[in-house]
Amino acid sequence: MPNPVIFELHKQGRSAEHLPLPAGPESEILASIPERMRRRAPLPLPEVPELELARHYERLARMNHHVEKDVYPLGSCTMKYNPKLHEKVASLPGFAALHPMTPEELSQGALELLVSLEEALKAITGMDAFTLQPSAGAHGEFTGLSLVEAYYRRKGETRPKVVLPDSAHGTNPASVRRLGLVPVEVKSDERGEVSLEALERIVDGSTAALMLTLPNTLGLFESRLPRIVEIVHGAGAQIYLDGANLNALLGIVRPGDVGFDVMHTNLHKTFSTPHGGGGPGAGPVGVKEHLRPFLPTPRAVRSGDRFAWDHDCPDSIGPVHSWYGNFAILVRAYAYIRHLGAPGLREVTENAILNANYLRSLIEKEYPIPYRRIAMHEFVASASRFFKDSNVRAMDIGKRLLDFGFYAPTISFPLIVKEALMIEPTETETRESIERYAEAMLRIAREIEEDPERVRSAPHETPVRRVNESLASRRPRLAWEETADGGGEPPRD
Amino acid sequence: MSYVPHTDRDREEMLRSIGASSVEDLLREIPPSIRFGGALPLPRPLSQQETEEELARLAGLCRGAHGFDSYLGGGSYDHYVPALVGATTSRPEFYTAYTPYQAEVSQGTLQAIFEFQSLIARLTAMPIVNASLYDGATALVEGVWMASGEKVGRSEVLVARSVHPRYRAALCAHLAVSGLRLRELPAGEGGDIDLSMLKESVSSETAVVVVQSPNFFGLLEKTGEIGEIAHAAGALFLQIFEPVSLAILATPGEAGADIAVGEGAALGSRPSFGGPLLGLFAAREAFLRRMPGRLSGMTEDALGERAFTLTLQTREQHIRRDKATSNICTNQGLVALAAAVHLAAMGRVGLRRAALLTQERALLLRRLLGEGGARFPFAGPFFREFVVRFPEEAVRAGLVDHLQSKGILPGIPLEGAYPELGGCRLVAVTERRSPESIRRFADLVRGFRGAERGVRYA
Amino acid sequence: MNVPEDLKYTREHEWVLVEGKEATIGITDYAQSELGDVVYVEFPPVGETVRAGEPAGTIEAVKTVADLFAPLSGEVIEVNETLADEPERVNRDPYGEGWMFKVRVEDAADLDDLLGAAGYRKLLEDAHGS
Repeated sequence: MPNPVIFELHKQGRSAEHLPLPAGPESEILASIPERMRRRAPLPLPEVPELELARHYERLARMNHHVEKDVYPLGSCTMKYNPKLHEKVASLPGFAALHPMTPEELSQGALELLVSLEEALKAITGMDAFTLQPSAGAHGEFTGLSLVEAYYRRKGETRPKVVLPDSAHGTNPASVRRLGLVPVEVKSDERGEVSLEALERIVDGSTAALMLTLPNTLGLFESRLPRIVEIVHGAGAQIYLDGANLNALLGIVRPGDVGFDVMHTNLHKTFSTPHGGGGPGAGPVGVKEHLRPFLPTPRAVRSGDRFAWDHDCPDSIGPVHSWYGNFAILVRAYAYIRHLGAPGLREVTENAILNANYLRSLIEKEYPIPYRRIAMHEFVASASRFFKDSNVRAMDIGKRLLDFGFYAPTISFPLIVKEALMIEPTETETRESIERYAEAMLRIAREIEEDPERVRSAPHETPVRRVNESLASRRPRLAWEETADGGGEPPRD
Repeated sequence: MSYVPHTDRDREEMLRSIGASSVEDLLREIPPSIRFGGALPLPRPLSQQETEEELARLAGLCRGAHGFDSYLGGGSYDHYVPALVGATTSRPEFYTAYTPYQAEVSQGTLQAIFEFQSLIARLTAMPIVNASLYDGATALVEGVWMASGEKVGRSEVLVARSVHPRYRAALCAHLAVSGLRLRELPAGEGGDIDLSMLKESVSSETAVVVVQSPNFFGLLEKTGEIGEIAHAAGALFLQIFEPVSLAILATPGEAGADIAVGEGAALGSRPSFGGPLLGLFAAREAFLRRMPGRLSGMTEDALGERAFTLTLQTREQHIRRDKATSNICTNQGLVALAAAVHLAAMGRVGLRRAALLTQERALLLRRLLGEGGARFPFAGPFFREFVVRFPEEAVRAGLVDHLQSKGILPGIPLEGAYPELGGCRLVAVTERRSPESIRRFADLVRGFRGAERGVRYA
Repeated sequence: MNVPEDLKYTREHEWVLVEGKEATIGITDYAQSELGDVVYVEFPPVGETVRAGEPAGTIEAVKTVADLFAPLSGEVIEVNETLADEPERVNRDPYGEGWMFKVRVEDAADLDDLLGAAGYRKLLEDAHGS
């Protein structure tokens, strides 16, 4: 039995009474709006009794896997624990009720938080300045690349190319295109790192930037980073860090110290703010001094012993957010950093790396790691032998893991590994959880030999079985429509 | 300290299994020359209690959120949010979950997004709605981008001056290198768009006409006529709408908009110093394959049962990479859930009542301020918000500071973004401002005596 | 793998049926099985001139997108509109009702660059072996 859709719970006139009645008659109020400007279309929002609503969302909630249910080792997503304390402080009335246009003297606490968070991110990354406006990692990429573009436009240099490793996440080339720049791929070598030889050939005076993820999407550190920096800076270009994997670098490497000119962070990954089922996140962008003038406006700054908005940013690329960034998310990240401090952040990275390598050591005999190296906070295993021998794909293994009550790893990414499983346990998993996860993966490997069809047709024990994605794409149904007989029919093939 | 659960013994045994002697051993592939030495220069770590105290100290310094009647609007509105919304979004099943790529264990999120899409489609009377974008400003950027992709060969984007100033600035920032020409359409004398001026400005170069209604000044635009003029010139019509107002105002669908975008945070979220927000994005059927952002679609599972999944993913960057329709990877998941719960909890009756109450109180304040000597540059129909010019002598004598000292935030000053409206403020009223508070505000303006100058006002 | 004798083929796994000055183009059985369920096809607009070897459209499957190449140069004279409602025709009958677009051949020499059935079969064998 499928869950009803909210519209199926409609009971005319039975929704809760949230607001008082207007003082005067409706007609008088509506008279202030010329008739042709009034809504004539019906307003078919469902009216549902409150208890029925609560049960509806309870049913939906029960169908979700989530971090507090069990392990969620999505590579490059850093699904660590989202501390309850953060939820509490982010909803303090002083923050929640504060309007963005509140005069400075009445919003000092918020301004101080923004300034302090920026200072903390500078300390963690070694960059010289941050903007807190971008709403997500991809938005941060766009912003960071815009700064680079503005920089070269100011210098009068035409540099249309942005170089990306073949292992880069899809947002990287998409962001490049958005800026009207040209993405150029550089191949990885047999060690899984950027090929220096290819890089030297590609980078030249028409290159604006090299975008790197560090460690890369294979979970490997670019061991020849100093040489990469030399090559890129030698050509007068910038180096951009996609900070998605920052969880592996806290207290170990500071990007700003080792040659990166611009970077974005993902607060919803490294800094524990919740993923929210897809958002909201935050992607603050850090820069070295030469890019500071171009940062989005306005900037929160110290002004004597007070805090203020600085609107005097003549070279700014402009705002990239309706206001100042996803403030309630910034509050959470700030609380995290204040609670952990330097020793806590260092501990995060050390244990993220430990956990990843421990899980790797438990499964690598069955799930070979294509690059025989130490992984950092995540690793990529390949399920290609299962495909060759039994026609079972990485995706099938992922689906079968769902039956064990776990979430699947990231599937089929990066593209340079066949049947990839990208696994990142994070530092907040116990060793027992890791062992349970490994045990499940090993059981599945055995099952593939004994009964491959069971894996190929997984999942079997989840709230719904394998979902027909091609039907969804061929016959898109993106909104609920009442059919003539009052119900709504799912599409049939 | 960091939520890491390992004991020393755990660590030892794990290292042994890996075959490493220490964690330092696992870092050996990092060139020593680039290793950071020492500890990060951060303040000392705080216990949870101290962390909470520190955050409470900062929240306490946000005086504008404690005991003030706020008449601030300008794109962020303080509406009543039913308790069920926060109770639902604070469930870990919703807020700790990731993007629902593994559909079989994410039906809660996927169905909630599908319901969100459906609710916004009904609210706007537009057929296709996505799972949301970052905010109204970036939704506008994406909408303009999509429109220009549809109207290849036309590179002009006509944007009304009465569109939110930060939205216009964000459009400049995001489209600086796009080859699109942003051209401003001045506001008419009445603060709304002059239709004959629009007719003259639209040309065969115009890809899309961008109009906000209610506009930044709170005034209602003649969206139906604007749509007709745009279409007659072969351009697309993009309306920036406001969701609460649609309970009683004409929808973008009725106005013939091709694309409709808006800020959805007023549905279910608190002002929260401007973020996170909720970009609403809707379009006509023809744009389906060009839609940016995520889409939750209805389908079936292997047993023929109804199920939901992210669909049309090939538009997105993780598959199409540099040919993606956008570089957007995310929706505002939890904020969209809040909006869906808010709309479901308020229902048709609740949302209409919020809009009617809001308007009733806005009309009341405007009338009382007028009786107290304030002037209004624009006389046309408005919703929730209007531009006021307080008596000049009172302002010079410190009216605004006086009102603030009495716990009132009397609107947003306009001269920064609109020098032609120097001395004016944008005042917004919602159903959360009581009639008593409204009367008090008006009385304080009426009765203000500039103490130092002894000037009296009737 | 079905490889009809009477068709010509490209290295991008497309087939070409030449009838006088008109060429009908689609993707091969191998291509459709590699892609999986086809959900949408984006054609070059009718009337546009395409160039041999260049992308002329896209084929979307659930989790992948592939370029649709023009095997030869010429004006697009017709596209298979039925695929808008029933993209599964490409999977069901790639050489028949799954045809994609028709081009008026500009230069007969383009046809010489195409593979015959035997040549395409060899291409498939080599691909599998590696």
